[in-house]
Amino acid sequence: MPSATLLGQALISGVLAGGMYGLLAMGLSLSWGLLRLVNLSHFALAFLSAYIVYELGTKYGVAPWWSAAMVVPVMFGVGAAQYWLFDRFHVNELASLLITFSFAVIVEAGIQIYWTADYRRFETHYSTLSFKVGPFFVPVLELVLCVVASVLAWGTWMWLRKTYVGKGLRAAAEDADIAAAYGVDHRKLAYLLSGIGAAYAGIAGTFIALIATLAPAQIWAWLGVVFAVVIIGRLGNPLGALLAGMLIGASESLAMAVLSPAWAPVVSFSVLIVILLWDPEWL
Amino acid sequence: MTNAQGLAKLGAVLGILVFAFLPVAGLPAFYDSFFYLVFFWVSLATSWAILSGFAGYFSLGHAAFFGIGMYTTATLATKFEVPVLLTLPVAAGLSALFGVTIGAVVFRLRRLRGELFALLTLSVTFVIATVILNTPIDGGAGIFMSAVPIPDLLPTPTGTIYLLGFILCLATLAIAWTVAHSRLGMGLYAIHDDEDVAEAKGVPTFKYKIAAFALSAGIAGAVGGVHALYVGFITVSGTFELTVPLFVVLMSVIGGSRHWFGPAVGATFITVLLYAFISGGEAMVGRAIVGAILILSILWLPDGLIPALKKWRVRRAVSQPHRAEVAPVVPAARPIKDRNILEVRAVTKRFGGLQALAGVDLDVREGEIVGLVGPNGSGKTTLINVISGHYPLTTGTIAVDGVQIGALPAHDIARRGVARTYQIPRPFTNMTVLENVVAAAAFGGPSRSSKEIRDEALHWIGFTGLSGKEEVLPAGLNLHERKFLELARALAAKPKLLLLDEVLSGLNPTEVDNAIQLVRAIRAQGATIVFVEHLMRAVVELSDRVAVLNEGRLFALGAPREVMRDPRVVSIYLGKAYAA
Repeated sequence: MPSATLLGQALISGVLAGGMYGLLAMGLSLSWGLLRLVNLSHFALAFLSAYIVYELGTKYGVAPWWSAAMVVPVMFGVGAAQYWLFDRFHVNELASLLITFSFAVIVEAGIQIYWTADYRRFETHYSTLSFKVGPFFVPVLELVLCVVASVLAWGTWMWLRKTYVGKGLRAAAEDADIAAAYGVDHRKLAYLLSGIGAAYAGIAGTFIALIATLAPAQIWAWLGVVFAVVIIGRLGNPLGALLAGMLIGASESLAMAVLSPAWAPVVSFSVLIVILLWDPEWL
Repeated sequence: MTNAQGLAKLGAVLGILVFAFLPVAGLPAFYDSFFYLVFFWVSLATSWAILSGFAGYFSLGHAAFFGIGMYTTATLATKFEVPVLLTLPVAAGLSALFGVTIGAVVFRLRRLRGELFALLTLSVTFVIATVILNTPIDGGAGIFMSAVPIPDLLPTPTGTIYLLGFILCLATLAIAWTVAHSRLGMGLYAIHDDEDVAEAKGVPTFKYKIAAFALSAGIAGAVGGVHALYVGFITVSGTFELTVPLFVVLMSVIGGSRHWFGPAVGATFITVLLYAFISGGEAMVGRAIVGAILILSILWLPDGLIPALKKWRVRRAVSQPHRAEVAPVVPAARPIKDRNILEVRAVTKRFGGLQALAGVDLDVREGEIVGLVGPNGSGKTTLINVISGHYPLTTGTIAVDGVQIGALPAHDIARRGVARTYQIPRPFTNMTVLENVVAAAAFGGPSRSSKEIRDEALHWIGFTGLSGKEEVLPAGLNLHERKFLELARALAAKPKLLLLDEVLSGLNPTEVDNAIQLVRAIRAQGATIVFVEHLMRAVVELSDRVAVLNEGRLFALGAPREVMRDPRVVSIYLGKAYAA
């Protein structure tokens, strides 16, 4: 059994790493839960954003926050355009999954053609910054990511719960026709939501550029885990997605510390399978 | 026509022979490898479609079954020196067993939606991959197959692998064809369209899904076994790739996953396309183009290539005479017998906090027509749903013809002679009118030859006045015709007890008259009928007795006119003031 310090450190790193799962899961969860569209290209958009931030940063020396300020609105546009396509062809959930998968393949191919399959890393002087709390190290970038993710999750949750726009969206997700009969302009809200979901991919991408090593095939690396997080956190619930992300991140990290790093993938999927089979009311 | 068929058969046999002996023709080894890959993807995509295309449960876990097959063959052949040919049935068996195990757990879930099934199967893949990676099965180093002796079916090893792939591909297509044209296939198509209705019409849905899962996984396992020989070096990351499930889905969807030959067409198309780009050195462009093609084909050909082509062809006329002889209605002098066909005893049904049925007792005698009336929410439809097995009972017992059916699954109840219709018609949307009725006759009725079933179906289509619409899809029927299709499906099962849920609602007065005549004619043939109805004219005209439900209890029971005059009954409908 590893020492308490090691376990504590694993827990902290896990929760912080889980923030990334949560951030990626939020956009997916919103479009799946509220628009009934399973957007596999979410990961591709995140990595495309990451590559753009990397390109701007290494070639032109643009600071990542300025890059983000440019990339995020662009992604919003991409998300809205995707919704136009789905709406135009009355795409259902399974078809949306296949279409967005194809879209992701195209983006992956594009990335590989432009940036090649080599591993890329965006080196900044703050990328490995960390501070110490008692015996534990806390990496600064991951902490910032978690704070950003928490603010976004909380904000989105409040927006869905408290505003008319949010309530309209939730009503339309239950039954679009009935909601329309009460004056909810489902389409307009859906464009907005689809855009927001993709914008979150842009934000996640900025952090991916700073934290992770980039390679085109990495697009698929988080797919399984993040889907597990989306379902555990309950579809359409951004706060749930974030908490589930941290839960999965922590359990993976603990599994790595206690068993061995190679066993980590089993954890998230075992949690998912157990939860799906258990089928609790809140799912 | 026979000439053309003969030619087609001859061509197929010749084609098979040519392909079987291609490796000895002295072509460069490149052709062996290329055609092997085509066979590989055809087998894999077709095996996927047996569960996911036919029954509509999209699996993203096909790599798991394929991978189990690969590792079974690799482990047995390298560590235990089992001859390769013997490992293949083991690989198929293990994969099938695995599929059955997953199915047995997953298909019991109450609210298994399509996307959840897709993600569950995907998750299982990751778990298996991790387990194999971390145990001595692989151990992280991968397995080299170079020392494994390849049986010499053909002079060269690549030729042998080619031949194995080819045989497996033919076998897979033969299995898919057989399933598609069998009772199993009919049941799977019904499950695809509406699983609840399929179950209520007598399809053992759970068993069929498991069978399809076993077939699908077993074939994938055998394909994996052969592929282990082809790749020669097996790694976890190369085996449990996402591209396997996604390519398989893509190929099937492009070709048409509900058709036995659709996946084969899609697989050939995509493999050739990818190969063209890889050999041209533009692998990534090829992938992007495949992606773009998939998007376009889903948007414009959502059913796939083969079904789209089939729609083009003019539907051939039914070769059987359309109008089956409808027996003249001879009103029986006294059709009601003393025997009870249905005995409902103290039945309760609770949904969470809602008590939908609070202790209902009802006997229905053979040959009787009982009208079930009551205000909205009084439990009429729930009673129908409980008798037909759609909902399990909370407490109480139900016997049909003396047999306790309270604990039986819905398909078993259907086979014991209980048929029902739905208030809002729920036809199998991808089946023609004839196929709809044939499916109901095949699964609900006594076992007969397929010709007898077809004749029976045509008879009831004529009986309900749908002649000439045999080859029409339900979407092409109006409400009145859809209601009659519901009736034809129920009747084709030759029920002892027929449960009708508001067949008359939404019909105009003429159509109501037709329907009333039809119900009388059905009774004249000896069926017992319990029907839910709001239209009082029909209730009074048709019923021998009327049962009034109120707040989940039997409130009144008796001859129609007496019950309708009962002040208590009037009061629950119209309020107390009118009762006096």
